[in-house]
Amino acid sequence: MQTLDLVDAHSGVEFGNGVRLDVRRDGTGERTALVLPGAERAVEDGRFLEALAEDFAVVTPSHPGFSRSPRPDWCSSVDDLAYLYLDWLDRSELTDVTLVGLQFGGWVALEMAVRSCARISRLVLVDSVGVKLGGPLDREVVDLFATPHAELDKIIYADRAHALGDLALAPVDDVLELARNEEALVTYGWQPYLHNPRLLNWLWRITVPTTVVWGDSDGVVVPDYGRGLAARIPGASFDLIDRAGHRPQVERPHDVARLIAKFAV
Amino acid sequence: MQYWSFTEAAYPDLPEPETYPSIRVTLPNGVIDPERAASLWDRYIREWQVADECGLNVMVNEHHSTATCMTSVAPLITAVLARVTSNARILLLGNPVANRPDPVRIAEEMALVDVLSHGRLDVGFVRGVPYEISATNTKPIGMTERMWEAIELITRAWATHDGPFNWEGEFFHHRQVNIWPRPYQQPTPPVWVTAVSPSSATRIADQDYRIATFLTGYEGARTVFQAYRDRQAEAGKPVPADDKFGYAALVYTGKTDAEGLDGARKLLWYLTSNKVATEFLYPPGYTPYPVRAAGLRAHSAVHDPALLADQGGHAKKDLALMSLEELIDRGIVFAGSPQTVSNQIEKFYSEVGGFGNLLLMGQAGHMEHDEAVRGLELFADQVVPAVNRLTDAATV
Repeated sequence: MQTLDLVDAHSGVEFGNGVRLDVRRDGTGERTALVLPGAERAVEDGRFLEALAEDFAVVTPSHPGFSRSPRPDWCSSVDDLAYLYLDWLDRSELTDVTLVGLQFGGWVALEMAVRSCARISRLVLVDSVGVKLGGPLDREVVDLFATPHAELDKIIYADRAHALGDLALAPVDDVLELARNEEALVTYGWQPYLHNPRLLNWLWRITVPTTVVWGDSDGVVVPDYGRGLAARIPGASFDLIDRAGHRPQVERPHDVARLIAKFAV
Repeated sequence: MQYWSFTEAAYPDLPEPETYPSIRVTLPNGVIDPERAASLWDRYIREWQVADECGLNVMVNEHHSTATCMTSVAPLITAVLARVTSNARILLLGNPVANRPDPVRIAEEMALVDVLSHGRLDVGFVRGVPYEISATNTKPIGMTERMWEAIELITRAWATHDGPFNWEGEFFHHRQVNIWPRPYQQPTPPVWVTAVSPSSATRIADQDYRIATFLTGYEGARTVFQAYRDRQAEAGKPVPADDKFGYAALVYTGKTDAEGLDGARKLLWYLTSNKVATEFLYPPGYTPYPVRAAGLRAHSAVHDPALLADQGGHAKKDLALMSLEELIDRGIVFAGSPQTVSNQIEKFYSEVGGFGNLLLMGQAGHMEHDEAVRGLELFADQVVPAVNRLTDAATV
């Protein structure tokens, strides 16, 4: 049966405690941007990462369990991911890092920032999940696991040309990556669903300038959720990206990169 | 051979299938007329009583958020059957233990039903089909591990009589386990676990539990049973008796072959009505991701992985697309006159290396009460003695 070729001890980058990840690096700027991707397929963030690389040295790991990064059994919560990347920042001795969390990666970035902003100078959240703002009856994040893929294409993208489309016709590796990523998302975010109920209580610990960026047509997590999230982070700003869904970095890569560069530089 | 009469207690009065995407999880329960549901339950309970009166055993299972099965809480129905049947053994196959947060509560439910029935309960455990995931909000990763931890905790809860014990496992925590009442049967009621593929048989064999497989046909059942036999042989255990093995088939017996086939066609509702949306068929993590990816790519070819003999990613033919004749040829349906049905069961018995429990689904969908009862009575009167003559001789 066909599987994805995961990175190994040679091709993976050591992130501590034996975790080796598939890491993409773009650009050679003096300042570092650590980009934490969402649960969707990594390659589609490429144009955004290249645009961001005009101003930053960009480091983009695939989280354990996603894309071509192996996941050790013990690594099964967003807490684990937050400590993993914080530890990597410490050992890399990087400072003044712009932390960019895309979608699911926004939740990881939030969990990092409430723990320590010592090496982080800017926080950017793009269509992030991670907090619960409403009541029990409010479904703030679409139930991705109870939604047909054809419908997901419509709510993730403003322009469906960016979507994978009919999975029967899609490249095998793309479907494998989608399936592996969704499984990882279940591992980290099944219940409570894509949020940490305690996180909201700690957002006051985010002491670095923060901006919340949102696709105006996001059908997975609507812009009002983003506004609510921004309102709860001290001093955070909120920006809408026109004609973009849940992944504005895919649909408007230059707009999002420019916004980050302007905010962070 | 023991015979276990079983229905999923469907609510069959549904809108046209084109009007809803999935009979599981999302079909609004506003479709139900409460009066109709109550009268259906009256007749389903009565059919289990008829089985008891005919000398058969009874079996109950459980599904959630679906018109195909109104037994949403199987322990309740077993408790009812404990009081309205007299002689039948009552098999709950099974408790979906990976989907339930509190195994100690399950141990209590089963112990209480065992007492209420004066020790007539057989307790089954199942991992649960994929479309139970959303219906029960259960995490589709680690289900097999959760199931086995729950089984261990439940069986310990039944068999421990010297005061509370402590359980702090990977999935379940309970610091004072000491259930009251304890089971009627000592040390525990018989335990059953279902298996779809041979790989699931290993652990069941290690525990000496009864193994059951559903609608897997000659080849599927044979390989599952053989894996159990091989595992016990490897461990130096004696050859397992027939009663360790159970097989569930759709069964209808008529006076003639034509009448039997007519009844069986109505049972196929169980297969053909199971319209399940792809997102509920393939929850991430329920199967290894390459298997799921293959399923997503071929979703039109595979209707329901839970009904496939092998979930190893081969897009086997969907049972719902098979003709009645093909289903009979494969040993998934036993139907016809009493002589024909007993021949089919005897053939199955010899093809799979023997088995001691036939789980009969003899009612489904729109089959009316009288027709279900006729099939059951004819089976009990004429098929049971014929099959027993052969299988008892084989066992001796």
